[in-house]
Amino acid sequence: MQELLTFTIIGLSTGAIYAVVASGLVVTYTTSGIFNLAHGATGMLAAFTYWQLRFDWNLPAPIALFITLFVLCPIFGLVTERFVMRGLQGTSEVVKLSVTVALFAFMIGIANWIWPSDSSREAFLKFYEGNKVSIFGINISWHKLITFGCAILVAIVLRLLLFRTRMGVAMRAVVDDRALTELNGGRPDRVAIFAWALSAMLAGLAGILLAGEQQLNIEPLVFLVINAYAAAIIGRLKNLPMTFAGAAVLGLLDAYYLQFSDKSWFPQSIMGFGISGMRASIPTIVLFIALLALPQSRLRAGVVRIREQNKMPAWNTSLLGAVSLIAVVVAISGMLTRSNTLLLLNGFTFAIVALSLVPLTGYAGQMSLAPLTFAGLGAIAMSKLPGDGNLLTLIAAVVIVALVGALVALPAIRLSGIYLALSTAAFAVLVTKLIFNQKQTFMSGNISVPVLDIPFLEINTPRGRLILASIAFSVLGLGVVAIRRSRLGRRLIALKDSPAAAATLGMSLTRTKLAAFAISAGIAACAGALAGDKVSPQQYDFTQSLPIVLLTVVGGVGTVGGALFGGLMLGGNSVLATVVPTLKNVTKILPGTIGVTLGRNPSGAANQIADAYRSLTNRWSLLAFAAAGAIVIWILDAQYVISHWAFFIAGVFWILAVTPNLVGIMQATRTRRIIASIYLGIGVIVSISIDWDNAVDSTGKRLIALILLIALFGVGAQRVAENAPRIHRSSPDVIGLTKDFTDEELDHAERELGVVL
Amino acid sequence: MTNPILELRNIRASYGSIEVLHGVNLSIGRGEVVALLGPNGAGKSTMIKVVSGLLRPTSGQLVVGGRDVTGAAANALARTGLCTIPEGRGIFPNLTVRENLLMATYSGHKLSDIEESTYTRFPRLSERRTQLAGTLSGGEQQMLSLARALATNPVILLLDELSMGLAPLIVAELYQQVAAIAAEGVSVLVVEQFARTVLGVADQAVLLAHGKVQVSGKASEIGEDVLAGAYLGS
Ligand SMILES: Nc1ncnc2c1ncn2[C@@H]1O[C@H](COP(=O)(O)OP(=O)(O)O)[C@@H](O)[C@H]1O
Ligand SMILES: [Mg+2]
Repeated sequence: MQELLTFTIIGLSTGAIYAVVASGLVVTYTTSGIFNLAHGATGMLAAFTYWQLRFDWNLPAPIALFITLFVLCPIFGLVTERFVMRGLQGTSEVVKLSVTVALFAFMIGIANWIWPSDSSREAFLKFYEGNKVSIFGINISWHKLITFGCAILVAIVLRLLLFRTRMGVAMRAVVDDRALTELNGGRPDRVAIFAWALSAMLAGLAGILLAGEQQLNIEPLVFLVINAYAAAIIGRLKNLPMTFAGAAVLGLLDAYYLQFSDKSWFPQSIMGFGISGMRASIPTIVLFIALLALPQSRLRAGVVRIREQNKMPAWNTSLLGAVSLIAVVVAISGMLTRSNTLLLLNGFTFAIVALSLVPLTGYAGQMSLAPLTFAGLGAIAMSKLPGDGNLLTLIAAVVIVALVGALVALPAIRLSGIYLALSTAAFAVLVTKLIFNQKQTFMSGNISVPVLDIPFLEINTPRGRLILASIAFSVLGLGVVAIRRSRLGRRLIALKDSPAAAATLGMSLTRTKLAAFAISAGIAACAGALAGDKVSPQQYDFTQSLPIVLLTVVGGVGTVGGALFGGLMLGGNSVLATVVPTLKNVTKILPGTIGVTLGRNPSGAANQIADAYRSLTNRWSLLAFAAAGAIVIWILDAQYVISHWAFFIAGVFWILAVTPNLVGIMQATRTRRIIASIYLGIGVIVSISIDWDNAVDSTGKRLIALILLIALFGVGAQRVAENAPRIHRSSPDVIGLTKDFTDEELDHAERELGVVL
Repeated sequence: MTNPILELRNIRASYGSIEVLHGVNLSIGRGEVVALLGPNGAGKSTMIKVVSGLLRPTSGQLVVGGRDVTGAAANALARTGLCTIPEGRGIFPNLTVRENLLMATYSGHKLSDIEESTYTRFPRLSERRTQLAGTLSGGEQQMLSLARALATNPVILLLDELSMGLAPLIVAELYQQVAAIAAEGVSVLVVEQFARTVLGVADQAVLLAHGKVQVSGKASEIGEDVLAGAYLGS
């Protein structure tokens, strides 16, 4: 009895932390419709920041807490909302979720950069370390009491805030009717900023409390948030009391499991499968059950208007692309060193996994966070099935995994959007924890996947495998194009654009969704089955799926080219880290940094650059100008007028910042054309004339400078060129409606506002 | 006559690539009540969205109080005295009556004043102040949305199909309140599909069809035949 009580208290205190985390998730989800996967990472950063202030710089605890929770967290929330999330209005859930994945990757990168894991940071003390009170004969540490207290305080404060203050009521009003909130004079933008700031504070509080219980490590802090997801889903992402109850249940389950798993009668394995991963899986299982218990998501009527657009791929360009891709790979693979070959091979493997998202996410609009899990299953199937890697084995592996994909999708089929994405995440975590870590699958950590056995051909060099991978990508890519052009492809698109209309027209949503999942799982399985090498379960971990999803969306998940772009970018990112070690830290934050810009061009980077270049076709004078500029930069380099670094930076600047802007500049009004041209000209001169080799001492800093240059001048010029004259009379606050302004007053106001052009 | 309080100059507006308003001109004098009539799908609600700032016109100017406010944010316009009761029910269904009134305080008025004004005009709402607005009857919901206009003393009031789905008796009661607002000198633009409901209150009437103003003139001079013609699309 005593023991049970003790564990109950432990469970409730864990639950209290989950509750705080989950309430933060609910606050932002309800007010902005964005499910913040980076919420846990926010808490992690806050815990590290607190550690830095409190234990490294030895500030007194209250001051360190105040700075972290009431200064830095709100600022962080504000910046996130203003510069990342606000741009996401009108984008699809896939893009929204990807951006939070990006933020997540970005924050983990930052934390790894600032606080490398080798420096020992054990000294994260609990509050009032060592102090205990005894209640009913049970010792409870002050830290646990404080944790309880915080949860209760959060519950009370949130309740008062949401129901007693105008800001809180406005938060609920925005959820109800955004437009009407504006018509009342409320400012949804400010409400959103407030919500994000509040949410960051809640995450920070939970992170700090948790770091006292656990240790200050990045991973567990970030992933404990999954438990909070489960709690938030129990509260249907909107009901705070239910969320708190769900959090308590989760905490208790965890504690009781801990208690009972020590008992002798507790089974160590079920049907030969070890269940050591069970405890960590409880929240995921609860999440899964909670998701399945959700009511059927209502079909949205009408066409979903989203900003991202993709064209139907044409056969001739697709074939040309496939052939030239293989040709290029064959040509360059001879010149690569062994390690670079392996890295490029890696990139192609990623690209195939990315390709698996195109029909599912790009066409059908169903988000999956588990592509690598299917690749892992494919690898297992290929190595376990008889045949030692012949073509039949491959086909069998793909078919089996495709069936698994459909099977997994079956219960999740009722879900859509964020719920579906979370259920795939739950599936990925479960498979990682309960299947990949078994003797029966990955033995003691490694299995070797046989190389595909093609008759009359022996593929045993990395180069051969690289070429095989590029051929596999091309063939699968053409298959995806074929799907897009078929009846099934149109159904997939219909599923994304207007599920309600599709259903009314007699299309079976379930069958279409199942097909999408099966195809996607099958393609991903190919990536695993063609690994042709030793693989380890870590390669297929859930966390590794996130960057793939992210970069595929960045590349453009609606097109095969986007998948290639995303996969190679991910592969290239790891190349960058090995080739230029100084850049290691940059590569940690690179995918995230690229991802958070998605709001500006939700169709993906490949698309945007391609669009800019496409608009250049047939504009011969501009093309000639672009080519001439590139040649001039090259000549300057060849004549040793400028250094190689200046050549590289000016060249990339010319290609990414100047050329894509040409058409826009020509179309702008005369004044804008001149301003934008001068602006870009300054950028070119800066990039050429700086003595990069001496002025900047490391490669990493040079690349950062390059990115900044492109952002500053390229994006800047774009904005100058594209904007209509900006004489917004946007704040009639200063005007007043009851009395007309005189001409002098208007002149004065315009001078004050600086709107006279 | 002074300058018009509200003016639309050659306003065009579209949803995506589909243009709905093809160059609308309209002008409302201070203290005037203008009825905007027209068949379903004519673009009346779109026009209200443009005037209230929710939808940015693709071209043309929106002039309020002699000042060009094209492109101003809806919330900024609202705080300066433009009160809009949108189509459907202009209330927050998941907030209580009292919380709905709290949202009206963005206009700069005190909650206590707003509550007092509302509960004296509509005693029925007073009994329901802690009830969720979504659970009120249709008439009560419309009273609540009108209460915002009554209590916040706007300069311009925009009403979009106040009568939609309500019993004639309640509609008459609501329009009495509109008349009371107008009597205080508030300029009102009131949208209705059925002319008879509003022509008694309005000074001017404007007939919108196919995204253009077809007829405009004194409310008393717009005859049944003109209306019938427009509605039947001749
Ligand atoms: N949100 C919207 N998106 C696209 N089209 C719309 C939207 N709202 C209205 N429309 C279209 O604009 C036209 C005018 O609509 P509306 O202004 O609501 O007409 P009214 O209020 O006069 O009945 C209609 O053809 C309608 O289908
Ligand atoms: Mg309407």
